[in-house]
Amino acid sequence: MDLDNQATIKQLVDAHGAENLVVVLGMSGEGVRIAAETLTTGDPSWAGPLAGVSLGLPVYHILEERVRTRLPAEIYAEKVQLMEMVLDVAQIEDALAGLRKTQAKRS
Amino acid sequence: MIPVLRAAVNTLVHVPDLVRYGSKPFREGSRPGSFLADLKARLRTFEDAAAYPPHQAFIGNLRPESLADIPSPWYGHPLPGASHQGPFGEILGQGPFYSMLEKADQFGLVSLDAGWTPPANGASAAAKGLMSAGARRGTEKEIRRRIGSGEALALEHEGALIGCIRRDHEEDESLAARVLLENLAAKASGAHALRLLLEKARLPAEEVDYILSCSEEAIGDRYNRGGGNLAKAIGEMAGCPNAAGTDIKAFCAAPVYALVHAAALVQAGVVRNAVVVGGGSLAKLGMKSHRHIEKRMPVLEDVLGGVAFWVGPDDGESPRLNLEMAGRHPSGRPSTPQGMMEALVCEPLARAGRKLREIDKYAVELHNPEVTLPAGAGDVPLTNYRTLAALAVIRGEIGREEIPAFIRDHGMPGFAPTQGHIPAGVPYLGHALAAMRAGTMKSAMVVAKGSLFLGRMTQQADGASIVVES
Repeated sequence: MDLDNQATIKQLVDAHGAENLVVVLGMSGEGVRIAAETLTTGDPSWAGPLAGVSLGLPVYHILEERVRTRLPAEIYAEKVQLMEMVLDVAQIEDALAGLRKTQAKRS
Repeated sequence: MIPVLRAAVNTLVHVPDLVRYGSKPFREGSRPGSFLADLKARLRTFEDAAAYPPHQAFIGNLRPESLADIPSPWYGHPLPGASHQGPFGEILGQGPFYSMLEKADQFGLVSLDAGWTPPANGASAAAKGLMSAGARRGTEKEIRRRIGSGEALALEHEGALIGCIRRDHEEDESLAARVLLENLAAKASGAHALRLLLEKARLPAEEVDYILSCSEEAIGDRYNRGGGNLAKAIGEMAGCPNAAGTDIKAFCAAPVYALVHAAALVQAGVVRNAVVVGGGSLAKLGMKSHRHIEKRMPVLEDVLGGVAFWVGPDDGESPRLNLEMAGRHPSGRPSTPQGMMEALVCEPLARAGRKLREIDKYAVELHNPEVTLPAGAGDVPLTNYRTLAALAVIRGEIGREEIPAFIRDHGMPGFAPTQGHIPAGVPYLGHALAAMRAGTMKSAMVVAKGSLFLGRMTQQADGASIVVES
């Protein structure tokens, strides 16, 4: 995950507390799993500000059904509808579901 | 005066020994435990690079659509009997290219060993005409002294030292040896593409009036970083005595901007014959090689790309560059994938009262997916085609179930090297010209996008598009 983004999220957690934040991702492919892992258990590449930092943030993706169906219709049509057809939504949902399952087992 | 596309040329230069001077390998080389040794072991031979299916598609020996029928990985399925000459292109070897670098240099920057004769590698007459006569060759001792003093970088061929390139100022970063090597590589590969265009299209060099370079290098010195006009230097090297010119800079969108400018100059009657030329990007060699090495693949980013296009007045048979359908992305528009495609594709089509399906082929950023996928950068053309298809769904032009068919019919697999401006839709123009002349295609839209944010002056992206139609 991008090092600048890691730093920004760490600052937000310091300012507002992890319990008050939810992360909504917008990327695709392999990046989804890596970002979700980075924001929960820490940077798996050990290169960024979140190396060894387990924020445990709740992570969702904008295209997950439970997120996208709650958006106002106008915003969905303008900003989300197209990418729902472009990106592989099933792969994104699988990646996040798999990670949540592993984390639930750990905790 | 209706501007038409008279000819298109795509070239590749296979430069395995220069991959180490790409930005990523060069930075990596100074780190302990660098991957340079692994990189060397995974470089391809000239024959392997020439028989690589996407390269064959690039020079016109294979239709891009045919790549879909070749099993993955493509590097594991070289084309039997592949030639390094194609109907609208050439794959050049490193030997002749070193000689071209020497010829491109007018300041004694490049010294090749007098004891080394550059192999011609079956180069075309166009390429041979750009090779140096070798009047300024150096001795091995002198070359080693320059490299040892830190003023020059080594030039190697098949692992052996054959020359060097020196800086031209001790303190000026813009005239450092590696920067000058980048600039000379763009000049020489651009001149090669232009010279091949002249020969293939039988356009007398004297009749070229104007050259627009869409190469990416920032030519200049410390007071004028990016000062420019590589176009004129390329024109001089290719022997176009009556051509003036200038550079068009817009990251990867530059080739399409340059085509729009060239067509506008011809349509307005300012010039008769304009040429758009793009030389290769040395900095992008081996850009994702660390990922390819991790995945035990060959280092696929071992070629410099080149493109050249002749835009002239209507000859009654070449396809028209339709300026009424030129697309642009104004700064007030969102830089989202949807915002970009609406501005670059839907709006020009709407102006002409056409639907997305009424353009036969879309040539988007045609990055070879075999290079980008292992690096986690996705399949760039496929994502673009999905975006176009999704827009067609949103606009009620096709049903959601028709997305795969739209992508198959109006798109193609990526086949261009990841050379920034080179994959920007334009490598398809050679194929489009052939199909339009054969009467099997009526229209193609070239859509290029540029990542302006990389330069830190704006968060925006940019783009440009143009329609070619018979």
